[in-house]
Amino acid sequence: MPDILLRGGRVLDPAREFDAQADVLLQDGKVARIERGLAAPGSKVIDVKDCWVVPGLIDLHVHLREPGQEYKENIETGTAAAAAGGFSAVCCMPNTSPPNDTRAVTDLIVQRAREKGSVRVYPIGCITQGQKGETLADMGELQEAGCVAVSDDGHGVMNSEVMRRALEYARSFHMPIVQHCEDSALSAGGAMHEGLASTRFGIRPQPAAAESAMLARDLELVALTGGRYHMAHISCAESVRLIREAKQRGLPVTCEVTPHNLMLTDDACAGYDTFFKMNPPLRSARDQAALREALADGTIDAIATDHAPHSPVEKEVEFEQAANGVIGLETALALALELVEAGVLTPAKLVMRMSVGPTRVLDLPGGSLAPGAPADVTVIDPKAAWTCDSALFRSKARNTPFGGRAMRGRAVLTVVGGAIAYSKESLVA
Amino acid sequence: MTKGFTQRHLLGMETLSREEITTILDLGERFLEIADRPIKKVPTLRGKTVINLFLEPSTRTRTSFEIAAKRLSADGINFTASSSSTVKGETLIDTAMNLDAMNPDIVVIRHAQAGSALLLSQRIRAAIINAGDGAHEHPTQALLDASTIRAHKKRIEGLTVVICGDIDHSRVARSNIFALRTLGARVRVAGPRSLLPIGVENLGCEAYDRIEPALEGADVVMMLRIQMERKAGSRFPNTREYARYFGLNPRRLALAKPDAIVMHPGPMNRGVEIDPGVADGPSSVILDQVSRGVAVRMAVLYLLGGGSGEEWSKS
Repeated sequence: MPDILLRGGRVLDPAREFDAQADVLLQDGKVARIERGLAAPGSKVIDVKDCWVVPGLIDLHVHLREPGQEYKENIETGTAAAAAGGFSAVCCMPNTSPPNDTRAVTDLIVQRAREKGSVRVYPIGCITQGQKGETLADMGELQEAGCVAVSDDGHGVMNSEVMRRALEYARSFHMPIVQHCEDSALSAGGAMHEGLASTRFGIRPQPAAAESAMLARDLELVALTGGRYHMAHISCAESVRLIREAKQRGLPVTCEVTPHNLMLTDDACAGYDTFFKMNPPLRSARDQAALREALADGTIDAIATDHAPHSPVEKEVEFEQAANGVIGLETALALALELVEAGVLTPAKLVMRMSVGPTRVLDLPGGSLAPGAPADVTVIDPKAAWTCDSALFRSKARNTPFGGRAMRGRAVLTVVGGAIAYSKESLVA
Repeated sequence: MTKGFTQRHLLGMETLSREEITTILDLGERFLEIADRPIKKVPTLRGKTVINLFLEPSTRTRTSFEIAAKRLSADGINFTASSSSTVKGETLIDTAMNLDAMNPDIVVIRHAQAGSALLLSQRIRAAIINAGDGAHEHPTQALLDASTIRAHKKRIEGLTVVICGDIDHSRVARSNIFALRTLGARVRVAGPRSLLPIGVENLGCEAYDRIEPALEGADVVMMLRIQMERKAGSRFPNTREYARYFGLNPRRLALAKPDAIVMHPGPMNRGVEIDPGVADGPSSVILDQVSRGVAVRMAVLYLLGGGSGEEWSKS
């Protein structure tokens, strides 16, 4: 592995409040030096003038579909998509087949990621066996095998007693609980957000309260247990208010938001296009505004894609019948850059929400370009203009709601542990 | 002949203009007399193929479309859920593409899910008529309702129309709200709050959570069926209580104008949303709605099937 010298970029390392033009030398899988006018004989020199050099982006919420649903995505294609999107690490959700509720499944994911993965893969195990919400999964063993958190993502833990004990038990292992907040009695059958749009389109809806009601309960359980709690894909204004209040109370809670909930609203379901169907659903403009505000003020800790690949089998059907989920790894960064353009985020805040924040949420390595830190680096060309064409994605799946969108800015180089995981052809000869 | 109507499909009322709606209603009016002829048939759509793709149980709408097609001399084929391959797991798109390969001129679709008629229209060449897609729209019902109102009231503009019952699950309510608003009526919806969809006021109607104030001064009272199969049961305690507080009985009907008409899209739950005395009473125009349903559907088939000239009236 040759040393890499990234020459002439704008180095953005907000964890150290560093933002300046500098060269970055990556050596032996670590960040070695950051200085102006570095000379490093023998190293591979890459000119990154006009680009940002940032700590590798980390996606807390990805579905890699392996094992069991490789026809949708696998660890090789999913991590290739991640690298192309500028992510040097992803956390993969446990709703595989079988679900990741035992160490054998975690072992398989870790091994496959080592063999085929382009980026670091941090598995998330199940909270309960089979994600059924009844009996706790073997959290200790899952952690030993490599899981960084537990979640029944796709389902909220409905039973309050089970949730309480999960928070307590996980606390013994310092494992965060990642909750998909959804009261399934309130949301049952709901294929989109309940509001004027669902009334017009006649699509069976679910109210925002299906999310916020479970969140409100959970926050009381966090207060009771002291368990470390991370809310997956926050989507509505009421949840934002609850998280903000919980943080003011000093509760150990964090949350993430998806790019699609930041960029789109429920009106987008007008054409019954199943690429706009996901769970939680696209919400109202008021919710979108609350999410953007919370992302800017730090109430929301991270942007996470909830990359959910599906095949046409699940999507080329009637709206209400279609599977939930959209892919996001290869569009997230450009969408976040739109938020910079719109004045919602600063460049430093973008790096906070897509790299530093995720490391703090799940206590992961990375998020910094300090000398000695792992050489996980993303180089971003913030001005590159491109059009979103899902046919060009590394992901196996095509279910993006952003097809055809004019984008500005993208990752041109993703380095993981000092090795190039992705580079745009023109950049590295 | 098709002046004033240039749509390729009939997917819903929300996007139709007043002129387009009026064109259909006027034509339906002229088709009405065919039912009284000794030979109830005109050659207008001879050689055209109409497929009734009914993937949700329906008797009256399917029969109405079938009769409408036959009276226009089209070849009508019924494709229903029980006889279809959808029970064997075929997707709607595959079903549609198979039908398309047989080159029909018009496909009439009834389906349990919103947006299915639009989906079909994006995938096949034939003209699509939405005969009910989930809780979204049922445009020909709104057209026959408008036809009935216009016949009995001589106008629609300025009338107060009350739609009562399970608004939330009702495609009939949505299509009627869109159509009647476009035609200039004042629309009220009424029912228990648990059956009113969120934001319905923003569709341009007034919402009431008890039916008495909604009925006051009404010209038209439209009762909706309580749809037990859609689990409406969890939205209110039981049918007895529903009838007591939300059913249309003679006492409540007296709140409307003396000459108010009573409508129901059927099938009725007698004694639940509508008292038998009202359903069969002098204000009821329910069976007239059914007769007009055939004529209005003939008009829609005619317009979308490219029926030519005035030949239907000469036979």
